[in-house]
Amino acid sequence: MKKCLSIILPVSASILWSASALAAAEVQFWHAFTGRLGELVAEQVATFNESQSDYEVVATHKGNYSETLNAGIAAFRAKEQPHVLMVFEVGTATMMGAKGAIKPVHEVMADAGAEFDPDAYIGSVKGYYTSTEGDMLSLPFNSSTPVLWVNKDALKAAGVDPEVDLSTWQKVGEVLDKVKASGSSCPLTTAWQSWIHLENLSAYHNVPFATKDNGFAGVDTELAFNSELQVAHIQAMGEWAKDGKFFYAGRRNEGGANFRAGECALFTESSAGYAGISSEAQFEFAVRPLPYWEGTEGAPQNTIIGGASLWVMTGHEDEEYKGVAAFLNFLSSEDIQAKWHQDTGYLPITTAAGEKTKADGFYDANPGTDIAVIQMTAKEPTANSKGLRLGSFDQIRGIIDEELEAVWSGDKDAQTAMDSAVERGNKLLRRFEQANK
Amino acid sequence: MDKRVTFKGWWLPLLLVLPQLLISGVFFFYPAGQAIWQSLFIPDPFGLSSQFVGMGNFEFLFSDKYYRASFVTTALFSTLVTLVSMVPALFLAVCADRLIKGAGTYRTLLIWPYAVAPAVAGVLWLFMFNTRVGVVSWYLGQLGYDWNHVLNDGEAMGLVVVASAWGRISYNFLFFFAALQSVPKSVIEAAAIDGAHFWKRFFTIVLPLLSPTTFFLLVVNIVYAFFETFGVIHTITSGGPQQATTILVYKVFSDGFVGQDLGSSAAQSVVLLVVVGALTVFQFKFIEKRVHY
Repeated sequence: MKKCLSIILPVSASILWSASALAAAEVQFWHAFTGRLGELVAEQVATFNESQSDYEVVATHKGNYSETLNAGIAAFRAKEQPHVLMVFEVGTATMMGAKGAIKPVHEVMADAGAEFDPDAYIGSVKGYYTSTEGDMLSLPFNSSTPVLWVNKDALKAAGVDPEVDLSTWQKVGEVLDKVKASGSSCPLTTAWQSWIHLENLSAYHNVPFATKDNGFAGVDTELAFNSELQVAHIQAMGEWAKDGKFFYAGRRNEGGANFRAGECALFTESSAGYAGISSEAQFEFAVRPLPYWEGTEGAPQNTIIGGASLWVMTGHEDEEYKGVAAFLNFLSSEDIQAKWHQDTGYLPITTAAGEKTKADGFYDANPGTDIAVIQMTAKEPTANSKGLRLGSFDQIRGIIDEELEAVWSGDKDAQTAMDSAVERGNKLLRRFEQANK
Repeated sequence: MDKRVTFKGWWLPLLLVLPQLLISGVFFFYPAGQAIWQSLFIPDPFGLSSQFVGMGNFEFLFSDKYYRASFVTTALFSTLVTLVSMVPALFLAVCADRLIKGAGTYRTLLIWPYAVAPAVAGVLWLFMFNTRVGVVSWYLGQLGYDWNHVLNDGEAMGLVVVASAWGRISYNFLFFFAALQSVPKSVIEAAAIDGAHFWKRFFTIVLPLLSPTTFFLLVVNIVYAFFETFGVIHTITSGGPQQATTILVYKVFSDGFVGQDLGSSAAQSVVLLVVVGALTVFQFKFIEKRVHY
């Protein structure tokens, strides 16, 4: 009998518990994370669900970034959309254009009567997802920015001081000469070439990537990255590629494998590459700020982010939106943000989380992890460094990849390639403008 | 005297073809009609609004020199895939046909690659030719050849062709092998007695007798190369370097699902429908005349 009771009691307790859970308003959250990041998201959601009993967040993995966006779009067409959808930064213009499908975050907060202070968020992080009027449209979730990763052992082997100044591309060029001369097959490699060597390059040197404030001021924007600075940079990279000083590994982050294996001396990659590099690298590495071209006025400005933000979709009950507001506020809260920043290497979205991390002594224990934060926040963002808001941008990046490949293989010079990329990209922007009239 | 058996009335024949008509209607005519209808609009991705543009999507496509270049890429790719998947298959089938011992094992092993999904095949080949850890690219490096399909368009094309054709060799092998088995032995023996050597017999007797099978495989393989190789291209090159391996069907995918440009994507599907339709009509009208059943 006792045995029976001991079985029945927990069962009935769990029935009672699930009945109360059913009464809670359910909030669907679709995201694109797997592996370690997926576990961390699940942990955040579980912490939120345990912290209160009014709302229940259900997180679902929907594939990679593109697939998650497509799933959200398809679900909206079938009127089955989630409350919260994770969308990568290049999909921002697509989401903004979908006026009837999204509920801006500032509106969600106001309608729910939730506490919301836009100034608590770091300017250069939230700027990407803020309207020209200063209203926050989506909540930044995971953001990173490009930095320069250094293989100190490879520099030593080439007879270069591992603490050598690598703050400018001119100085990087000199180091590449020495590393190449020592017989290295990969002095420099990169991940995400368009993001780092054109989008961030433009913001970092305070020159426009596209007209109309990089698309923030209207969909009638045109690409502008075929101007002097960008062409000079791509030309220099092209020459390095020709001389075997820059090794091109692929359009995404294929170069990471070469760097982590110790083959490459320098590597331009997202600050979020920290987790992979620190766990795999069998050599001494360091993080440095992204280099800039000395002699450019205003450089270094600030770099821009990559990653994803959370969009709230229309068509749900008021009560559920209150749950969404509570969840978003929970994600932005100091402890949760600081933990996320330290666990993942992504940037903190609020100033408070950054300061807490500093106070915790995390930056002292993990030198270099604050470089990305400093690089992002050293200067107030300008119209050229707030971010990019361009339609069909995923495809425009594809075009840029193609044209850059033409430069790396020596088929085209930088000016021709950039002119061609601008011309082809503008056609897509005009299509997007037409579809979003 | 007419010996044909015919149905009386319309009801029974109609009833008998009804399942086929239904399936064609639901799974072919309806989606094809939808594609044609959608190709006349520029919708936004969420389906909130859409504008009628008439032939606008088609004008946009054909004014794009990269789209026009994609036809040449597709033609080259399809021809190569068809050749690379059919010629070795025929050769292997001829070998298997002459085997006496272990023929069963040999045949079974040859059929295996067909069970591998194209995307998986793509990953396998990509891994072997990976510029950093690939076995094949390492051996090529030892021979002094610097393999880099990430930047070299010829190598990229070669790699996607081989990866696409590889699994099809098994499929084609099966058909060729069955066809070879049905070639009457008496004809071949008669030719042998007349002094025709093996290759003479092969080209003058066996190959013509195989022509119905060859023709069927030609049609099926071209359709395969046009539509089903998308997974291989997606995993190996994503259409690059530059646009060296962007075939028409891959562009349908990337414009529709990466670019969210459903109007252009629908228009491209219609173009593909017309191209493959025309190609099939051409094959049946001109090549089939030379086929001996």
